[in-house]
This record gives sequence, structure tokens and C-alpha cells, in this order.
Amino acid sequence: MKSKLSAIQAAFLTLPLLASAPAWAGKLYVSSEKDGIVSVFDSTTLALKSKIRTGDKPRDMAFSPDHKKLYVACGDGNAINIIDVAQDKVIGKLDAGTDPERFVFSPDGKTLWATNEETAKVTAVDLASGKQVAAVEVGEEPEGILITPDGKTVYATSEVANIVHVIDSATHALRANVAVGNRPRRLALSPDGSELWVSNELSGSVSLVDTHKNEVRGEIKFLPKGFRPEDVTPVGIIMTRDGSTAYVTLGRANHVARVDVKSHTVKDYLLTGNRPWGIALSPDEKTLYVTNGQSDDMAVIDTASFKIRKAVPTGRAPYTVAVFE
Amino acid sequence: MNGRLIALIALALLAFAPHGNAADTPFKIGYLEWSEDPRYREERVKAQYPLQPWGRPVSGAEQAIQETKFAGAALKLQFSLEKRSAADAAGLADVVKQLAAQGVSYFIVDADGAVLADLAKRTASLPVALLNISAADDDLRGTQCQSRLLHVIPDYAMLTDALAQYLVLRRWSNVLVLRGPDPGDADLANAWARSAKRFGVKIVDTRPFKLGNDPRERELNNLALLTGNRDYDAVFVADTDGEFARSVPYQTAKPRPVIGAAGLVADGWHWSWERDGARQLNNRLIKAAGRPVTSYDWAAWMAVKSVVEAVVRSSSPDFKKSYAYLRGGDIVLDGFKGFRMGYRPWDGQLRQPILLNTGNWAIALAPIEGFLDAKNNLDTLGFDAKETACRNGVSQ
Repeated sequence: MKSKLSAIQAAFLTLPLLASAPAWAGKLYVSSEKDGIVSVFDSTTLALKSKIRTGDKPRDMAFSPDHKKLYVACGDGNAINIIDVAQDKVIGKLDAGTDPERFVFSPDGKTLWATNEETAKVTAVDLASGKQVAAVEVGEEPEGILITPDGKTVYATSEVANIVHVIDSATHALRANVAVGNRPRRLALSPDGSELWVSNELSGSVSLVDTHKNEVRGEIKFLPKGFRPEDVTPVGIIMTRDGSTAYVTLGRANHVARVDVKSHTVKDYLLTGNRPWGIALSPDEKTLYVTNGQSDDMAVIDTASFKIRKAVPTGRAPYTVAVFE
Repeated sequence: MNGRLIALIALALLAFAPHGNAADTPFKIGYLEWSEDPRYREERVKAQYPLQPWGRPVSGAEQAIQETKFAGAALKLQFSLEKRSAADAAGLADVVKQLAAQGVSYFIVDADGAVLADLAKRTASLPVALLNISAADDDLRGTQCQSRLLHVIPDYAMLTDALAQYLVLRRWSNVLVLRGPDPGDADLANAWARSAKRFGVKIVDTRPFKLGNDPRERELNNLALLTGNRDYDAVFVADTDGEFARSVPYQTAKPRPVIGAAGLVADGWHWSWERDGARQLNNRLIKAAGRPVTSYDWAAWMAVKSVVEAVVRSSSPDFKKSYAYLRGGDIVLDGFKGFRMGYRPWDGQLRQPILLNTGNWAIALAPIEGFLDAKNNLDTLGFDAKETACRNGVSQ
């Protein structure tokens, strides 16, 4: 009885805190693919601050390593737009090959690596000169891309070849091609770098790749209650910094999954909206952001309770959330 | 220094080149064309009738081969097409026998329903599988079905079920049917009648049409008469040629939409489809074909993808193993229509969503939301396990 009371008291105490102020203040950038716009939200009030006009089909976004600029891959403009985060304006463009899909920065901040969907290439651009320094031929429709913290290895998925390419960032050679599930989309790496997670949109699973042997060592299947395997289409994937928890957006199944990394088991599912694809964590990892591609909104999720705090309208076909502290 | 660096990079590239490796074993996929196929006569292809091919679909298969270089690399297999043609089923069967003796076990076939059925009978005892990419006849999946004959292209029943679902969604519940003189037209009209009954759409009348201007046959060739003196919500044109159908929209007596072989057309693919990553595939297929593409081009592409997926996932070039995987429940085929696909165990038909196309846009994808099947919603389109008339297609 006593413990029950205190639990209720605790809930009352924490509720106002949850509802009002997250422990960090910053901005949320959401690209809306069909509007050609990046919307800027206040991370505390979740109010819309401004809309930044970009090239057509803005999709993937990432901050420069110095956090002064936000890079936005624009599919139809064949360019990456550069937004100055102080003024929230597009201040330049970078040529990153035809139809850049997703991209990452090398840890030293000197190079941008991008997947080029139309031309089946992974390209590297030297940021100082703006020149392309590598174009690696890969399987059709490359999508997810990740660079290891030591900067030595680049991983890229090919949605059509069902392969994760392992690229040597110094020689630009393909070190290995790892066959994974069907339509591999996005990647996450365990903090120790030993395990690569690959979301397979059509297999409804995540492949676990042993990065020392470059082979698949296991698989995690997703199936929220009431859904069929063919309705589960995992896309977005993110891991906490300590590598204990991963979150995976399940597309047509309209849920996000919370996964215990160590045991490779799904702990929970949460309904977020129509076609959750994009995913991001706040700097304190207390808030999870999920963009719902077909309900034109973003679910703001409290990670402790794993409940939705608010659904924020975002513009048409929201793609990526970038979190700025 | 620079030269040395380039040489080093070139060496590195060579060492890791995923294709053209001399050590790779060739894996040949047969590609057969019936050379006398009237659907590819020049003036017909140029007319670009909906539901008809707009050119030989082989470029789709070639494009798919291009995309297999990494998939084959792990097994040290190099996929290629062995393209042949013949003037009749007997000639095609001879080609299959020859190539089968050389170890070719999968054959993509571009021929009409009659030639394909004949070819399948003539090759039934050989250890080969045929993949149908251009014959939509329901009979081929039913009474004429054969074991080891797979259908990549959707059948009429799937197309008409998709249309019926869409009509139910719109509440266009009364339909006038115009039926052409070809046996194929009767098949299409029968498929529509089955779908209408299945989904509760009413056929107010079925009227035969005939292409021409003969004033003595006005009731057969005059659209005002053909579509007059009844009310209806839509006109279904059962025309497997396409020349008559193209003149029906905007010439009906009542201001009603036309569906079937003109107007709103259910089909396996459309060049404008861009969801589910389809824009990139369409870009590649259109570039390879040098023209807008149709379901025939997509089916040729999908046929190669099916074979390659089965071979790669069963980790074996052995026909028995790869074919068992191809027909099994574990296969996940990506046809860029959002749903995972596989072949129906009861009749060898590729289960797949169907697009509802207007002239320049795919406006909807069936199964339409709300149409449910106990096991797989894709089985609301076409013949399900209970309805199939196939009695000998199940075996492996």
C-alpha cells in the first residue's frame, strides 16, 4: 500500500516536469520532402520558429562537425544545401554527385561521404575544395551510409543488391560485400564497433553484422501485435550512446520498436503515426523524435516512459529530424 | 608519384572488382521470344495501347542482369541471358531441350498464352522452369496450369479484381460491359464478370462491339448506340487489342468514366509509378528500353530478379534447391510496389499489388485498403487457394 502511494506521488511529481521542460534547449530541424522546406522548431515549446526553403526533395540532414552548419541532401537538385544554423538560411551548395541520398562526415570533418542513388556510387567530397575525391561503384540504389569513429571504414547499403558494402576510406576499395536481408535501408554501429545493425525494409528485420568477420551473425525480427510480417517495414534505426538500447521505426506497421541491444530482444512497441521512417534522439537521450512520412507529423516520445508526449505537424512527407543543441 | 598512386588505385580496384571476374562460373538464364507474336507488329507497338506491350521487354531482363553483379559475386557466379527465338512452340521447345542439355534450367518466355501452354506441355518432362512474362490468360493459371510454369505477369482476374475493389471504394456500382469479338476479349469480359460478382458490382448489360464503320452493323460499332438507353456508373471495355477501346472515353452516351482497356486501367506496372522506390527503377528501365515502360518490361526485369534471388538465397546453382526456394514461403521479392512478393503455391502466380493507371499517373494501388484476406491481403487479387482450378501446378 505504501509503495503504491509513493508511486502515484512520484508520477504526480514527474508529470508537470515531463509536460513542460525537457532538460535541454535547442532547435529541431525537420526536412519535408514534398514541400522543399526544412522546418525549424523550438525543442522546448515544440513551436514552429521558421521555414527554410531548400532545393527540391530535401531528405537526409546532418550537422557539420563544428555544429555551425546543417547540410541537407536535396534529391532533385543534385546538390547538398548548406544551412547556416545561426541565421537559419541556406548559404551555399555542395556538389556531391548525382541525386545524393544520404551522407556522413568523416570524424576529422574534412570529407563528406554520400550515397548516390541514381548512379549506384558512393562518393567522397573534400569539403575544403568542394571537389570529389572518390566515386566507388556499388550495388544499385545505395542508401544507408555510416563511417566508423576511427574514420577508416565506410559502410553503405545497396537496396537492390541486398548488400552492405565495406569500403576502405583511404584506398576507396571495397573490402567486403556482406549479403544481408532484403532492401537494406539504414545502419547503426555498436559503440565498440563490433556489431553493425542493418534495417531490412522488406524482410521486416534487422541484420546483425559481425564487423571483424564481415558476416551476418544474427537477425532481429519485428512483429507488433495485430500486424502481419509483410506489414512490418523497418527503416530508421538509432542506438543510445552507451549501446544499451536501439530504436527502430517500422514503416507500414506504424510503430517504433525499443530493442535491448545486449540480448537482441524487442522490449516494446509504440504506435507513432502513419509510416514512421525518420528517427533521432535528444542530446540527453530523454526524448525520441520520429517522423511519420504519411501522416505529415512528428511524434515526440519520452524515452523513460516510452510514451508519446506530443504529435507535431511538420509539412508534407517529413523525412529527417536533426537535433541542434 | 601521381602516376604510381593511380596505378596503385587501379590495382586495388581490379583486385576488388565485383564483376567480369574470369574465375566466376557463368549462370545462364534462357530468354525465349516467339518471333511471330502479333503483339509486337510495328504499328501496334507504336500505338502504345494500355495493357499491351510497347516494345519487346528484353531490355528489362538485361537491366536486371546488370544489377546482379554484386549479388552473384559472393557465390562466384556471373549471371547472363541466353537469348533465343523461334517461330512456334515446337521451335521454342527445341531451344529449351538444347539449352537444358547445356545446364540451363530457368527460361523467361515472351509469348502469348496459346504458344506458352503448348511450350509448357512439350517441356514438362525436362528439369526446367518457365517464367511467363507476357501472357495474362486466366486459363494458364487454372485448367491449363503446369508444374514448373511460373507467372510473373499478373492474370486478368487480378487486374479485374483490382478494378472492382476500386469501384466499390468509389461506390460506382453499376457497370455496362462492351465486349470485343476476339476469344481474349471474352476471357477478359469473363474475368470482369467474376470480379463484379465477387465484390458486389452489378453488370447492367453486356454488349458485343465490332471495330468498323459498316452502317449495317451500327449497333456493334457506333458508340452512342452501344452506350445508350441505359444508365450506368462506368463502362468496362473488354478489348485485348486496344484499337477500339482507345476511342471509347469521352464518346459514351452518358458522361461516365471508362475502365478496363482504356480510361482507368488496372495493370502490373506504370512508367509514372514512383512510390516504394519505383522512381529509380523506372528511370533505369526507361533508359534501358529507350521508351516509356509497361508491365511487360517490369515482368522481364522481375523474372530475372526472381531467379537470382532464389539462387543467391539458396546459396546454390543447383536447380532443385533454388527452385524449391523460389516456390517456398520464405522468399522475399522486391518488385518496387511496397509489398513483399512470392509465388502462389497453388498456381505459380506471382502475388503482387496491382496499379490503377490513368494515362499519365498511377492513381491507386490495390489491394485497396479495407479488402482483407485471412492470410495475405495480396490474395484478394486473383484466384486464391480455394478458388483455383489448378490441379497439377503445386508440385515442385
